[in-house]
Amino acid sequence: MEFYLQLVISGLVLGSIYALVALGFAIIFKSTSVVNFAQGELMMFGAYFCFSMVVQYKVPWIWAFLITILFSIALALVVERLILRPMIGEPVISIIMVTIGLSSVLRSIVTAIWGTQIQVYDPPLFPEATVNLVGVPTSQVYLWSFGLSAVLLALFAVFFKYSKAGVAMRATAFSNQVALSMGIPVKNIFALAWCIASVVSAIGGILIGSINGINVQLGHFGLKVFPAVILGGLDSIPGAAIGGLIVGVLENLSDGVLKTTFGLSGIKEVAPYVFLVIILMIKPYGLFGKKEIERI
Amino acid sequence: MSVAHCGDFRQTYKDDMLVLRTRFIRIAVGAFVLLLYLSPLFSSNYVTSTMTTIAIAVIGALGINVVTGFTGQISLGQGAFMGVGAFACSYFMRVVHMPFWLAMPMAGLTSAAVGMIFGLPSARLKGLYLAIATLAAQFILQYVFMHLDAVTGGSNGIPSPPPEFGTFAFDGDRSKYYLTITVAIAAVIFTTNLLRSRSGRAFIAVRDHHLSAEIMGVNLFKYRLLSFAVSAFYAGIAGSLWGMYTGYISAEHFTITESINYLAMIIIGGLGSVLGSIFGAIFMTLLPQVLTVGTGALADIFPKIGFLIMSFKDGVFGIIVILFLIFEPDGLAHRWRMIKTYWKLYPFSY
Repeated sequence: MEFYLQLVISGLVLGSIYALVALGFAIIFKSTSVVNFAQGELMMFGAYFCFSMVVQYKVPWIWAFLITILFSIALALVVERLILRPMIGEPVISIIMVTIGLSSVLRSIVTAIWGTQIQVYDPPLFPEATVNLVGVPTSQVYLWSFGLSAVLLALFAVFFKYSKAGVAMRATAFSNQVALSMGIPVKNIFALAWCIASVVSAIGGILIGSINGINVQLGHFGLKVFPAVILGGLDSIPGAAIGGLIVGVLENLSDGVLKTTFGLSGIKEVAPYVFLVIILMIKPYGLFGKKEIERI
Repeated sequence: MSVAHCGDFRQTYKDDMLVLRTRFIRIAVGAFVLLLYLSPLFSSNYVTSTMTTIAIAVIGALGINVVTGFTGQISLGQGAFMGVGAFACSYFMRVVHMPFWLAMPMAGLTSAAVGMIFGLPSARLKGLYLAIATLAAQFILQYVFMHLDAVTGGSNGIPSPPPEFGTFAFDGDRSKYYLTITVAIAAVIFTTNLLRSRSGRAFIAVRDHHLSAEIMGVNLFKYRLLSFAVSAFYAGIAGSLWGMYTGYISAEHFTITESINYLAMIIIGGLGSVLGSIFGAIFMTLLPQVLTVGTGALADIFPKIGFLIMSFKDGVFGIIVILFLIFEPDGLAHRWRMIKTYWKLYPFSY
């Protein structure tokens, strides 16, 4: 029983990070209708940049964190202006391909600067001692990650509901043309969407980096977020949060169960994709996604 | 050289359906095919084996162009479907003891069946969602390659026996080249003809406007599934040829990178164009080789930053893809048409 409880807890933590990254993905998709395959690389870039600050330049954590956020905003602005803006109005496949190209550029920059070895944050972001959670010893990293993700998700939910910029973003997502004619600067909104996505991904990257270590494999994390966003509904922000949590827990549970009963290893890597196919067959637009209704 | 009428006169149905319209084009294409068959006689083994990889890439690229370029369903699983073909072909030859000429189409059919399974969500979905379904196919199949030891040899990989025809074994660079190029030419002809058929027109109708297509009586599900099957079939053939070419198949080759390469091929070459698939396959096969030579030379000149330059190889690929999409969104096939039109009327621009 304790084994399963542990699986659920680490699943929830993983899921909360999925949720963060999925949030970034959903924001970009919702307001700019770009499917961002470079989400994982944005994570990786943030995680490595923070690593540089903390380990190589010995900047205190709190400042390193803030500088990383500023850096990921700058990165997002550059990427949006140079690469995504010329692609406005191009077909979906070109935009998908451009983000794939972007991901390989970012990955090569990361390997050029930081190499391919696994790095760890030293000093660690959170204290290492474990605490007891309903009888299960849990490391503090998990609790902090979960808490931080939850706070961020709540913050963004409030931002989209009440702030002016958030409402403008929702308007843009609804229809670019209408938003433009109401005087909303759509280009700035696109840039803002990329900034938010880049910041939440960088934070997700730092959290995952402090749990598993930072390496180039973080890029694949961005692809594993797809099941979460599809389950939640591609363009739904609360959906991203719930989808992330569900996929995280399911992934961990199926991995644990199949490993102990059938001796199958590595299910973790593939389980989210199996769910993805199942979700697509049963409930293609996810839990909260907008059904596409088309007219001629 | 024959002279065509100025303008685009097609007066009969037969005229309209011609693939090679003038005698000049027929002769040029014939000469090109002849050149392909004669080239191993006077080119080095390196060139011949590079051309073999290009021919394999052409088959794979034609396949993904059927599903993505013609039917408008983005596929991110071409690499994995190639893997299915490669392992299936090797399995049929080693365990079932089929001859290669039977094992290859069987591998294609196996791959097509797998492709259809992952195409099933297309009953209700399109575009982006399907792209993500094929992404899932890629990762699930990769997992199967690594863990289905009996068929795929797990992480060690598995040998692929050379094809034999009677007592003649295709084990040299040249014989492999001849076999591959023949299949590639057959694939080009088949694709060209497919597009002139009812199915091909249905594919294009589904891509251009799926609702209108449905109203016209095109069964969307059937043709989407069919396009997945055809595409995976090509991938299976390309995979079995790849197994034959390398003699040893390992799961590491059929990753998401390979799938992305194929997608890049048809985008750079030109979506929805047979010629574009060929151009894209040539471009994407030669690009890494040119980059390797280029970065190697640069690393020799600047040994201190050699590591940096090598790691930028991947990035250069990304940059080229991005630049192509921004500045040449219609691909090389479009540029080729522009060049042809320019020279047709040279030196007068009208």
